[in-house]
Amino acid sequence: MSVLEVQSLNKTFAAGGMFRSIGKAKWAVNDVSFQLKAGETLAIVGESGSGKSTTARLAMRLLKSDSGSVFWGADDVSPLSGKALRDRRCHIQMVFQDPFASLNPRMKIWQTVAEGLRVHQPELSREQRREKVAETLQLCGLDASGMDRYPHQFSGGQRQRIGIARALIVEPKVLVLDEPVSALDVSVQAQILNLLKDIQRVKGLAYLFISHDLSVIRHISDRVAVMFAGRIVEQGSAADLFAHAQHPYTRALLAARPIAHPDERQSIDIDANETTEATADSGCAYQPRCPFATQACVSFDGTLHVQDNGHAVACLHPLPINQ
Amino acid sequence: MTLFILHLAFIKILATAARLRHTSAMLEIRDLSLSVTIQGESVEAVSSLSLTLQAGRVLGLVGESGCGKSLTAQSILRLGEHQGVRKSSGDILLDGESLFEMSDETLRRMRGGRIAMVFQEPMTALNPVFSIGSQITEVIRLHLDLDQKQATARAELLLSDVGMQDAQQILKQYPDALSGGMRQRVLIAMAMAADPDYIIADEPTTALDVSVQKRIIALLLNLQKKRNLGLLLVTHDFGLVAEMCDDVAVMYAGQVVESGSVSEIFNQPAHPYTRALMGCRPEISEVGHALPVIGGQVPQPGQWPQGCHFADRCPLAQDDCTQGALMANVWQDGSHIARCLHVSAKPEGDES
Repeated sequence: MSVLEVQSLNKTFAAGGMFRSIGKAKWAVNDVSFQLKAGETLAIVGESGSGKSTTARLAMRLLKSDSGSVFWGADDVSPLSGKALRDRRCHIQMVFQDPFASLNPRMKIWQTVAEGLRVHQPELSREQRREKVAETLQLCGLDASGMDRYPHQFSGGQRQRIGIARALIVEPKVLVLDEPVSALDVSVQAQILNLLKDIQRVKGLAYLFISHDLSVIRHISDRVAVMFAGRIVEQGSAADLFAHAQHPYTRALLAARPIAHPDERQSIDIDANETTEATADSGCAYQPRCPFATQACVSFDGTLHVQDNGHAVACLHPLPINQ
Repeated sequence: MTLFILHLAFIKILATAARLRHTSAMLEIRDLSLSVTIQGESVEAVSSLSLTLQAGRVLGLVGESGCGKSLTAQSILRLGEHQGVRKSSGDILLDGESLFEMSDETLRRMRGGRIAMVFQEPMTALNPVFSIGSQITEVIRLHLDLDQKQATARAELLLSDVGMQDAQQILKQYPDALSGGMRQRVLIAMAMAADPDYIIADEPTTALDVSVQKRIIALLLNLQKKRNLGLLLVTHDFGLVAEMCDDVAVMYAGQVVESGSVSEIFNQPAHPYTRALMGCRPEISEVGHALPVIGGQVPQPGQWPQGCHFADRCPLAQDDCTQGALMANVWQDGSHIARCLHVSAKPEGDES
């Protein structure tokens, strides 16, 4: 039973400013489907503009999709709005990227963290709410004595813990984490990643983890979906994907990872003058950059082909596994 | 005409001689201390820091945010002085000449002319209301005696040097028409405008996508080799250091705590902070294990402990660590130095 499921999500944004009605619509998310089970982490990876944050916002119902459906548990929430939607929001909560921008500087920590309770557990007294905040802060590795302070009195890592506590207090089943560690230093990043793992183990939470950092993803996720130009182009278990990527784009992404040791330096095999960042409007969007593209790719509809082990690739010329 | 050519040749010889006079061309930071103003009070933010950047070398300055690495980098161009950054002691020498004794005019020629900077944010470092062409030619004409037409020709050349095929077209465009990677290329072209000898790159790839990052790294390295540049790379990313640097200086709380060649730093990190910082990286961790962490946080300027700044977070700390200030080379092995009394000790449970 999945705690979050999206089916064939589509979202276009009008492009072209003033004359947007005559401008071309741009696909931000195109036919995206995935499922997320309790206790599992699904990572979505892709470059900027690939639609990963839009997908997260659609799954959160912060944005309304043009078509397709979103299930939170068994409920189809796509048609809901207003109070009906708000009442169900305790099922899925979000942690944002920038811990400096995502906390209100004028609210005390406990007020920020307790805000969700006012909506989802209005019966609680002020004392009960404070008690719950203290508990949740402790779960996130913060000392409850700081709850009467303001955000500027905390470091980036502590603020991200506060952001996580705010999401956890309504006891969600799913956390959507949009680049939760990319604004943090590597030592603080490690603390937050460990914390997320611990909380997941204790609470059985499901994570939808959005990131562009493949090393972080390899560390935290069970399954990975690679997005390119609004579509999922490859999806599979993390171990499988990192070892046997089949889509040329995934291979390129993996090859672009920073090296861990100077001995791994290769004689420059990267073309520094390669500047193509183009995507094709029809057929496979990756074909302008793809070394394996053929005439057939121009009319490829981008369907994910699911293999026996659940690994799925949207490519006419997937790369052989044992390479 | 012949006379003119002879004259040019003579100037060239003079210039070469002037450079040769400094047998080792280098940019040297000597015992530099910088203070900043926090809530009306002057506190030390960089503490007797020494670095040497030689022509043709890539030096990485690594550390977490708040360690003072950007402050150090900017002080080389004497930036930030209007924001209250003050030199309290030490000096910065460019081929033996102090940057702090330069006249305003010389300083202006030095900035961009001898030492150029590439900033982190390609989105904010370009002015959105001027075309790429006018922004590049402005720099060129500031430093080189060229007319507008020659400057435009040079701008085209610079842009094709950084891998932009349609240079003529791009000169007419405005920054908003370019992607982040393309803007960073424009900024690199601008840095190269007056053929500087040193480049300071402050997190040049942090704001870019990974695939674009790799190409910008390759581009910077190509240019650095071709022009024998001294490149100071400021970064928090050991991956970038592994990829680019010859030498590394690790900063912690306003001090260089360790420096050495890139292989020394990666193969035998000496300072506990360097070891801890490298250990936190998810790319070297085993999947399924918790990542090693460093407890606590980087102390703010003004709150540095006595003696070793890292002592209260350090697994190896002893009483003697907090007795008094430590020299930068308390531990030394050739050119590899560390500000630590207990390099040879190993933390409990560490078998590496």
